[in-house]
Amino acid sequence: MTNQARIEVRHEGKAKIVELLDEEILDEITISEIAESLFSVLEEGSANQMVLSFARVKHLSSMALGTLIRLNKRAEEHGGKLKLCEIRKNLYEIFEITKLNKLFDIYESRDLAISSFG
Amino acid sequence: MSSETIRELTIDSDFQQAKEVEDLIVESAETFGYDEEVLFALRLSLEEGLTNAIRHGNGYDKAKRVRIRFLVSPEKIDVYIEDEGKGFDPEKVPDPTTQANLENPSGRGIMLMRAYMSEVIYNETGNELHLVKYSKAG
Repeated sequence: MTNQARIEVRHEGKAKIVELLDEEILDEITISEIAESLFSVLEEGSANQMVLSFARVKHLSSMALGTLIRLNKRAEEHGGKLKLCEIRKNLYEIFEITKLNKLFDIYESRDLAISSFG
Repeated sequence: MSSETIRELTIDSDFQQAKEVEDLIVESAETFGYDEEVLFALRLSLEEGLTNAIRHGNGYDKAKRVRIRFLVSPEKIDVYIEDEGKGFDPEKVPDPTTQANLENPSGRGIMLMRAYMSEVIYNETGNELHLVKYSKAG
């Protein structure tokens, strides 16, 4: 179990709003701790609608992308949906290069991501 | 300003030690006035290269080491990352952007390095990676 809080969770309606607290999500240790927290938040309760905010994140690696893919799959398996938001321009470029901007639902703001659930 | 001589470091297959090497190289590039865009590309590529060396090359084996050589100059940044693994053929890594592979959680590291660095060269065996980033002025 991690000692350091990696995420902050708020509930808004049916959605879980999760803010990533790390500026750098690069290495395997950090990523596995974040993944553990994210998967447990996704699976608690009945609502599987999650908004993931990258407002604080400055660096992201391919391994972090892999975790997002697994999280997205898990949300869908549970009949839910994962939405990403507040991704800064240079990070969004990573999603474009890898074409993952086509796989994920990405929104500029948190409010737009939340309202997309309808 | 740092002298323009190649520096060599050898680390265990350990992510904390890899992070220290990353910091050192990025700080060195910063000293030479490389901008945020280059530092972002460099940090990402170093992370991908070192992770691949520890994970795929050395298979997390703590007895195996990773040798890093780097040279930062006003014209370019050179980094060599060598692991003790059997090597691989980078051409055989499947394209992660195809529809069939888009949901595969791994296989994007080399692609990102190629996108962000000026040159990404593997030796014949595939156990040594050479990253090059030219300065925009150079």
